Amino acid sequence: MTAPTDYAHLEDQFQARIDAEEKIEPKDWMPDKYRKTLIRQISQHAHSEIVGMLPEGNWVTRAPSLRRKVALLAKVQDEAGHGLYLYGAAETLGAERDDLLDELHSGNAKYSSIFNYPTLSWADIGAIGWLVDGAAIMNQVPLCRCSYGPYARAMVRVCKEESFHQRQGYEIMLTLARGTEAQKKMAQDALNRWWWPSLMMFGPNDAESKHTAQSMAWKIKRFTNDELRQRFVDITAPQAEFLGLTIPDEHLKYNEETGHYDFGPINWDEFWQVVSGEGPCNRQRLKARRRAHEEGQWVRDAALAHAEKRRQRQAAKNNQKVA
Amino acid sequence: MTLADAKYQYLLRMGDNALILGHRLSEWCGHGPILEQDIAMTNIALDQVGQARSLLQYAAQLEGKGRTEDDLAYKRDVMEYRNVLLVEQPNEDFAYTIVRQFLFDAFNFLLHKSLVNSNDEHLKAIAEKSLKEITYHLRYSSEWVIRLGDGTAESHQKIQTALDALFIYTGELLTPDAVDQTIFEAGIGPDLTALQAAYQGKIDEILQQATLQKPEVKYMQSGGKDGRMHTEYLGYILAELQFVQRAYPNMEW
Amino acid sequence: MSEKKNWPLWEIFIRSKNGLNHKHVGSLHAADAKMAIENARDVYTRRMEGVSIWVVESEHITASSPNQSESLFDPANDKVYRHPTFYNLPDEVKHM
Repeated sequence: MTAPTDYAHLEDQFQARIDAEEKIEPKDWMPDKYRKTLIRQISQHAHSEIVGMLPEGNWVTRAPSLRRKVALLAKVQDEAGHGLYLYGAAETLGAERDDLLDELHSGNAKYSSIFNYPTLSWADIGAIGWLVDGAAIMNQVPLCRCSYGPYARAMVRVCKEESFHQRQGYEIMLTLARGTEAQKKMAQDALNRWWWPSLMMFGPNDAESKHTAQSMAWKIKRFTNDELRQRFVDITAPQAEFLGLTIPDEHLKYNEETGHYDFGPINWDEFWQVVSGEGPCNRQRLKARRRAHEEGQWVRDAALAHAEKRRQRQAAKNNQKVA
Repeated sequence: MTLADAKYQYLLRMGDNALILGHRLSEWCGHGPILEQDIAMTNIALDQVGQARSLLQYAAQLEGKGRTEDDLAYKRDVMEYRNVLLVEQPNEDFAYTIVRQFLFDAFNFLLHKSLVNSNDEHLKAIAEKSLKEITYHLRYSSEWVIRLGDGTAESHQKIQTALDALFIYTGELLTPDAVDQTIFEAGIGPDLTALQAAYQGKIDEILQQATLQKPEVKYMQSGGKDGRMHTEYLGYILAELQFVQRAYPNMEW
Repeated sequence: MSEKKNWPLWEIFIRSKNGLNHKHVGSLHAADAKMAIENARDVYTRRMEGVSIWVVESEHITASSPNQSESLFDPANDKVYRHPTFYNLPDEVKHM
């Protein structure tokens, strides 16, 4: 029996808690929109992790040394783990993992558009680790302080585990950059293809981003898209230089006045095209996820059926004892 | 056959088994029936590729020609590989994958239980570390055989089909040849014939719980471990595994 | 499948080393308790994070309600006598 005024009061109280940097926990009262925003963001994040397994998983069977193979396998496995932690965090909000997966499979849910680009050479594995994981870390570290407790805790675990991912990628790039001409070419080509999509990972410009203001007020988000993107460019440009590779942006230049790198315009048409499902690999990615889920159905059913049989047998045994 | 030759061959067999089965399992990564199992299967794949590295490093050292684990993994062709036929069989579906794993784990567990008593200190140390991992693998695959066998009608039928298809590759696991014999006589490894009863016992125990029928097999397929024969699948595995090294030879990665 | 059935959700508690309590680390899905333990081992102890695992099906956990948190937890606020600093002892008394 909540009168509208009470509701407004609750919202004020809620915002006051957020402003005081208190964490919100699953059973606490929260505005419906806060819950929905979180479910959307956390599940998109989870989807990104499991779809993100595909482009890299591609190269697990082709990794050029056994050391690289175990490192890549462990990394892709971590992504599965991160997806799992995140679905778990979404489930504390009353969502069910299976429903969230249905949304992904039907094409209604979004995931990071970067994973709709193909991995064509071994250097792509280096570039993904260096750039894509680098951008992801930039996004994720602030989420460890997110106002929603279970999400923040999941992110602490994710960030701790991710620390080796970027180093793994950069080490691959470094090896290639110091290698033969063919390897340098491979590395440069990978940088050319992954640079701009990596910048797009931070999302639309702040002026275009419809969720930013509210998410910042709720402390789900701590920095704007453009702030994070700028920080990424500032950190990454010198790393590229160290590799002796050229970032494919003729406008990229250090600005003494601002202390930041200026960079050229992002092709937002391409971004929206990929987000809308028309990127180079959107169809393949969804098909692979759908297929894994559908072909796994009988396995999941079998395990449940067996668990049920065991329960019944146990119950029958217990009854016998009583009788 | 000198003991040195036999030892090298023996290490290759173990290393190749671990590598090829780990490779097959790693093909599941990102495509598992549920996230939790994707992670579990990848753990086993990681264990196996890790074991392969230790074993192939040791093999390369024994060979004494300055080759590395990667030279052995990436620069041998099909007829130089010494893995058993079982591990190169394709994933097909989850039932095939589980049966292949179970039939191999049951053997591998017994083998490693013996190898922890090896008089070869290096192999003994590898076996001690691996045995812990393999004990878990066997438990994992056994439980899934039981779940699928005693699950739904569909899963029962699928895993029985897989068992019928793969059982013909179990023969060479415990059939000793000259290499095995030399290794046994030198006190490095077990008498394989002495492990046969325990192997069949484990299979029977699990199949019984899983309500599955042990296939009647007239002829076992063999030839993988002694290098006489492989199935055609191995060539495709190597084509993938070795692609980068073959396309860009003599480079550091 | 006429009706959708999913593996139930389990809450996972891990003892990171002997001498410490089990601590809630997250959740996962499993068909039964045994599988939940194994999945927990594979998911939550990949980096040697634990020596012991508890699993509880999520629906079997009864949680206190935040609406009652004032009546449940605030009364402990003024029970300062439960804390050692409530008692004044001369500095000369050691080891207490």
